[in-house]
Amino acid sequence: MPRKALPYLLILPATIFLLVFFAYPFVQIGVLAITGPDGLTLQHIQTMAGHWKFKSALGWTVLLAVVVVPIQLVMALSMASIVTRLKAGRNTVLYIFSIPLGLSDLAAGIVWLAIFEQSGFLNSILWNLGLIERPILFLGYQSVWVIFLAVVLAEVWRATAIVMVILVSGMGLIPKEFDEAGQVFGASAWQRFYKITLPLLRPSLQSALILRTLSAFEVFAVVIALGGTTMPVLMGETFQWQFNLQDRNVAAAYALVILTISIASTLFFLRALRVPKGATL
Amino acid sequence: MSASAEPDAVLARNSVPRTVEGAGSARRFLFVSAVIVICAWVLVPIYLLLVNTLSSPQEVTSFPKSFVPSFDFGSIQFFVSFAGVAKALWNSILVAILTMAMSLALGAPAGYALSRFEFAGKEVFRMLVVMTRAFPLPLLALPLAIFFIRTGLDDTAIGLALVHTVLAIPFAALITFSLFSGIPLEFEEAAWTLGCTRWQAFYKVVLPLVLPGIAASAVFAFIISWNEVFAAAVLTIENRTLPAFLVQNLNVSPLHLKFAGGAAMVIPALVFIFAVRKYLFAMWGIASR
Amino acid sequence: MAEIVIKNVAKSFGAFQALHSIDLNISDQEFMVLLGPSGCGKTTLLRIVAGLETPSAGEVWIGGRRVDRLPPRERGIAMVFQNYAVFPHLTVFENIAFGLRMQKLSRQVIDERVRRTAALMHIEQLLKRYSGQLSGGQRQRVAVARALAMEPDVILMDEPLSNLDALLRLEMRAELKGVLDASQTTTLYVTHDQVEAMSLADRIAVMNEGRIVQASTPVEIYRNPAAHFVGSFIGNPPMNFIPATPVAPGEWDVAGLRLSGPQAGDSLEFAIRPEDLDVAPGGLEAVVRVVEPLGPHTLVTTEVGGRLFRAVLESDMPVAPGDELSLVPKEGRVRWFDPGTGQVV
Repeated sequence: MPRKALPYLLILPATIFLLVFFAYPFVQIGVLAITGPDGLTLQHIQTMAGHWKFKSALGWTVLLAVVVVPIQLVMALSMASIVTRLKAGRNTVLYIFSIPLGLSDLAAGIVWLAIFEQSGFLNSILWNLGLIERPILFLGYQSVWVIFLAVVLAEVWRATAIVMVILVSGMGLIPKEFDEAGQVFGASAWQRFYKITLPLLRPSLQSALILRTLSAFEVFAVVIALGGTTMPVLMGETFQWQFNLQDRNVAAAYALVILTISIASTLFFLRALRVPKGATL
Repeated sequence: MSASAEPDAVLARNSVPRTVEGAGSARRFLFVSAVIVICAWVLVPIYLLLVNTLSSPQEVTSFPKSFVPSFDFGSIQFFVSFAGVAKALWNSILVAILTMAMSLALGAPAGYALSRFEFAGKEVFRMLVVMTRAFPLPLLALPLAIFFIRTGLDDTAIGLALVHTVLAIPFAALITFSLFSGIPLEFEEAAWTLGCTRWQAFYKVVLPLVLPGIAASAVFAFIISWNEVFAAAVLTIENRTLPAFLVQNLNVSPLHLKFAGGAAMVIPALVFIFAVRKYLFAMWGIASR
Repeated sequence: MAEIVIKNVAKSFGAFQALHSIDLNISDQEFMVLLGPSGCGKTTLLRIVAGLETPSAGEVWIGGRRVDRLPPRERGIAMVFQNYAVFPHLTVFENIAFGLRMQKLSRQVIDERVRRTAALMHIEQLLKRYSGQLSGGQRQRVAVARALAMEPDVILMDEPLSNLDALLRLEMRAELKGVLDASQTTTLYVTHDQVEAMSLADRIAVMNEGRIVQASTPVEIYRNPAAHFVGSFIGNPPMNFIPATPVAPGEWDVAGLRLSGPQAGDSLEFAIRPEDLDVAPGGLEAVVRVVEPLGPHTLVTTEVGGRLFRAVLESDMPVAPGDELSLVPKEGRVRWFDPGTGQVV
């Protein structure tokens, strides 16, 4: 009967496409990482793990996620609470807040490069204030921690918007009555936020955290824009091996690492912020 | 900025009896300042990038910097005439348009099926779509690079657009799902009883109602492709998109080229986000569930 | 010439049996109301007639044509939806003209029909407006006009008044009745509101749990409920029920009162409408619990034989909680039900 076949016809193209260009390539990554000319091998993974940059790339990537994501969460929560309190001018403020949503991490890197480079605006401000006599080289290869700080700022600047937008739309789903009930029962503004809004926001928090942590592990262009190769990250190393060192298998091994920590963090957030059945809005 | 218009909203919230007049206005001041500070935090860096872009190459590298642009178009001219830039811009647009078309063509029917039908396997399909977002998708470029070399798709706009479509499909499907779900089934049923076939009811009633949303999700797919760096850098050599071109030349290109290139990436994104601002929340709200 | 014949229609959604073998004939130009509590299957039945659901079994005939496998557009029906489904992207004029354009009628015919039905529904002045500029009542009028403009054999209405406020509902109810009577169209109308059903219907089909319990004229349904369910669902307040035990053939004991009834079985259920009781000696002994003066009359909730028992009394009758009353059932108004099957005896 055509009526029953229709939905399948409609999802068929997308399904085939995703199987060919999504599911299959991911299997391929695994295959590439653990096979060589003579069958199964751990050689690529050993090459990767043995390379002097691997540990630091993994370390920087994870550290970046651990620092950036909580900052973004707190900032996004504040921004979302501000937005939900606004009446007049709400749309303008909301638009401004969400501008970075449309920017790539490369663009964000270049934006912050304009501030941090030697003849950049940060040096100009410091000089105008009389704090320095000549411009400082912030992003040199000896000051990896300054590079890290610049990357953190750029990432917080760029990707907080997405968390905020998810949280604002999540807050929009929470009926006002709950907050008003909290007021009636004598909860302070902070208590209402902590005991009512935040728990009800759990599904949105969950998806925002998953999304953000994942893209934090994918950090790439912003690091190159601000620090070149001084501060190695996993995605950058993947690119190096694939493109400059022309070793696909090691690149795939790196990809496998990114994949593993991504899935691990997704599972972690799924468990940690699980909403009991029936406790949803 | 409309910061001056907020106070009534704040006032309304703060007009709890126990709030003393002074405390209320102090809180109001704090609130308005917070709004202004965050707006500045977002806008000032973009402004500074534009200052650099609208200054001559000499001004860009000179010190100290002026905080107002000189409106010298030297940097822009240099950027536009730099070898490969025009082609990269064109490639970016081409790939983005292809991505837009493919992700909608594949995603919208799926979104419609998800919103209108109950069928066995619906949850499995939903999971497949949602799962794509739990994976670092740019990595797809690695195995696909080999596949593309075999099929002649390497270093082509269509090949890269295929990868970008994987990134954009979940959004296209989930956004259109929410758009279609926003149109009551009753409208379609009414059209059927008034003499329409399923298809007629769709294009006479549903399509006109979702068209603005569809356009917004198309813009969204465009931005996703426009901004993507990693897969573009891996999959193209001659036919680089703008981000791939910039990232490849970062360590060799002069500052003014970087800044003009950055502005070239930022400005369309600003325009696009402005165009779809009404839909941002509907999209991300649903698409992130 | 469009009678509707529903033969053995059944519908199940997965394991849930929404309709059990429904048989119903609706004659040409009849106004038939499907009445029942929510979830009783009335809307499902309507949607099966419309072609929006496919029956799991059975046949639907409209005007002598079997239609149950035809799409809605080929059934000669028009429908008014619960939320009106007035297309928001079209003007009122285009909404009413929508179905006519699908039939590829000439411009003059469309124009003439739209204006005529718009005048009938008193919305001529709204023809250029969009749905968003209309009130709920106006949208309702557009939805009805759109259906009437089709000049269908059958009009189907799915709770069309349920989204209007009480006053507007009363007004629209009267107007609908007039317009549909004049149009001489066969009408199948779904509602859960018994007053609406009573006031509009030529016949009411009372439904419960996927079955038609009784299909008859409003007065018949009210006076002679065919089953316990009908008596308890129709009427506000509903019928009173008291279990009866036999004392002799044809003689029953009802909470201490001896009444003559049918000669059947060893247990029956005595039923009486609250307004069919007189305060007189020698009746059911009732202890007053709650007194609710309603204006024209007073509703008294009492206890008879340990059960709630309601009586509608004259409003000038002095009663107070705690009073003891003797309530005598009016001649010919007592009904008896079989407690096992729930059917009238």
